[in-house]
Order: sequence, then C-alpha cells, then structure tokens
Amino acid sequence: MSSFANRDVISVRDFTRKELEELLSHAEEMERVYERGGDDRLSGKILATLFFSPSTRTRLSFESAMHRLGGDVISLGGKEAASTAKGENLADTVRTVEHYCDVIVLRHPKEGAARLAAELTDVPVINAGDGANQHPTQTFLDLYTIMKEKGRIGGLRIGLLGDLKYGRTVHSLAYALALFGAKIHLISPEELRMPSHILEELEQIGAEVEEHRDLEEILPDLDVLYVTRIQREMFPDPEEFERVKGSYKVTRELIEEHARSDLVILHPLPRVDEIEPDVDELPQARYFDQVRNGVIVRMALLDLILGGG
Amino acid sequence: MVALKVKRIEMGTVLDHLPPGTAPQIMRILDIDPTETTLLVAINVESSKMGRKDILKIEGKILSEEEANKVALVAPNATVNIVRDYSVAEKFQVKPPERVEGFLRCPNPNCITNDEREPVDTVFVRESKKPLEYRCRYCERTVREDQIRELIRPS
Repeated sequence: MSSFANRDVISVRDFTRKELEELLSHAEEMERVYERGGDDRLSGKILATLFFSPSTRTRLSFESAMHRLGGDVISLGGKEAASTAKGENLADTVRTVEHYCDVIVLRHPKEGAARLAAELTDVPVINAGDGANQHPTQTFLDLYTIMKEKGRIGGLRIGLLGDLKYGRTVHSLAYALALFGAKIHLISPEELRMPSHILEELEQIGAEVEEHRDLEEILPDLDVLYVTRIQREMFPDPEEFERVKGSYKVTRELIEEHARSDLVILHPLPRVDEIEPDVDELPQARYFDQVRNGVIVRMALLDLILGGG
Repeated sequence: MVALKVKRIEMGTVLDHLPPGTAPQIMRILDIDPTETTLLVAINVESSKMGRKDILKIEGKILSEEEANKVALVAPNATVNIVRDYSVAEKFQVKPPERVEGFLRCPNPNCITNDEREPVDTVFVRESKKPLEYRCRYCERTVREDQIRELIRPS
C-alpha cells in the first residue's frame, strides 16, 4: 500500500524525502500513461475542485490529470465560490462537498484553510494553494522537472531568483531541495530577500545556502535557474511593489553570455516581464515542459491517493 | 523591610519564580476563574534569585504536570509546588509543552484561525526548545518566545 493512499496533501513539510521519491518514481510511470493518452484506472472516482481564489492553470492541470485517468470532475469556482458570500463558511462547504466526491482540491485565500478542511472531512484534501503559505503540488512538479532534466537533485547548484520574500513557491521548493541535498543559491534584490525564519529553517535541516544580489555573477555556476515573478497581490504595501517591480530580468543576452549550455531555466508561470519572450527559443528554457510535467505529477498523485498506485 | 506574609494553604498549587507581572497572564493560561477560585497573588515581590518575581497560590486545585507546563510559555523558570496537608508534597520545574491549544492567537492575520466564521481553535506545535519556538499547525507561521506573551488571548 502506498504511503499516499487516502492521504491529505497539505504541506511539503508533511513529506519525507523517501515519500517524495516514491511520488517522483510513480510520476515516471505516469508519464508513459500520459504519452499513451491516458487510461481509465480512476473510472468511477470524482474529483471536486473548490477554488475560492483564482488559479485557472492549477485547476485545469488537476482537472486534466483526473480526466486522463478516466475520473470525473465537479467544480465549485468563480462566482459560485463567492457564494460563501451567502454566509456559508469553508467548514460547512467542505463538509457538504465531501459527500459529492472522492477527493477535494482546494485553493483558498486564507492560510491554513487546507489543513482545516482536511481535519473536517473524511475524503483526502489536496492543497492547491492557501494564501501565501503552501502550494505543495507546485513543488512536486518542480522537483519532478529538475529530476527529469538533470537525472538527480542532490548536489545540483540551483538558483532561486526573484521575489523570495513573498513567493510561496520558492519557500516550499527551497525546503524540498534541501531535503534532497541540493546547493541553494538565493538571488534577489535586498528588499525581496528570503525571510530569516525560512533561512533558519533551511539551516536547521542542514541545507547549503548562499545569498546573492547579482544574477550575472552566479549564473555561470548554476545547473538550474528557477525564476519567479513579483506578485503584486502578495504585497501588503503597494509602494513597496512599485519600488521593486522590474528589478530583475532574464534576457537572451544574459543567458547566452553567462549561462552554461546545460542550464535549465524554470518558472512556475504565469510570467510577466521577468523572462523576456526571446529566451523561450533557447534550449535552456524548460518552463513549458514544466507545465506538462504538472499534469503528469498530479496524475501520479491522484493515482497514489485514490487508486493505491 | 517587612517580610511578605501570606497564608499557608491546606491543599493546592503554588507557582513560584514567575517573572514580575506575569501572574494575571498565567491565570488566563490556566483558565482560572478568580470568581470561583481562592487565589493568593503576589506581584512584583522581592526575590533573592530573580530580583523581582510573582507568586501564585491556587487553593483547592492540584495542577497536573501537563497543565502546569503551559506556564513555561511565559515563565520558563517557574517552580510548581503541590501542597497537601499544608506541606509541599511534590515540587517540579515546568517544561515547555509540545503542543499548545486554544489560548494563543496566531499572529498571522490571514490565518484561518483568525477567521471568526470558522469553527477552529489554534494549535501550536513546538519546533525548538532553545530558542523556544512554536509553529501554527494551520498557517505554519512560527512564533518565538518573545512574542508569546502578546499572543495570549484575553479570557
């Protein structure tokens, strides 16, 4: 029996390296299923997507993964989700929806919402983003992409560039990379440095971490460059956002002049202006493959949770 | 100097070596209702060990070790004396609990535990002993020892 069977997926912190390896290994198998166009192993199972804050990509990726495995999808989103304006709280919503489905995928603006939902329901809950806290399946697909591109994670020099202060994806990813023994290079403007409590946590789990202000200087050493956008909506102070927006940019010239030919450039998408469009044509650009991997990893996760792998 | 004289209690718990001014918070942590419990509270009294300290005598109530350990959140060096038949039957130092439920609020305003519509109490799980640090089970925000006093909910 898989350690994922019937399990909630709330935070990367809930998983050991061994469990993550199990998922990555199952994703490799699932990639073959994906390439065959899917199968019907989850026929008769129903996935409910409850999105109380917008994320078309994550929702579509989960829905696509479920359809590829022959399962069905029901959704509560957009205006309907706003029907909590009718007065219903999250607790009542999930205690109702659990009777309609076999697994719930939840995105919610409040941090800790997914943990609460998991405690209140018997069906597994997958956190698809709770405020600025966790987005574990993004981390899983990032790990899978790195593993697939480089054949390993441990020992790689991985640069995390951008908004390391408010960027949820880089917080979870840094933690997971540390579990796998990668060397982490944090590259950001001073104002967007990784929060000290996360740096301390990385130190506690024995991570090798270096901070940088200048991408050009560290770029030649990197195996992977993970770029994030500055998310306006995450900034409590609009003036702070105005000060830092556009403060870093990955250009074709920069990559051609300073990066190794086997560098892998990733981005959780959507991007705004932090990677120029002509970088897309470079062999190092892998962020659209990352999107494909997202479906594959979510297929693997759903299969392990609902089908026992 | 006039020596501090407080009545001996027949049965109950004496919490000693509390940092000055913490006794009222400790009453909240222990959920003691002063209208129903006989208490002797000494605040900011002289102490040879600490310079100044608070003492809290709770008459008629024997705290379990688990209950008393909650005191360590604001008084890490507190001593607990269990009194039976007017004499100290048991004495121990408090240890910070592994899990803290209910009486601390989460400092993260966007944490689901701060949404009054949701039926959820706070749960903090100890992350480290030195420095003392707890993590919110829900939003995963960490809380340090120096923040804890401000996070105790009023009763």
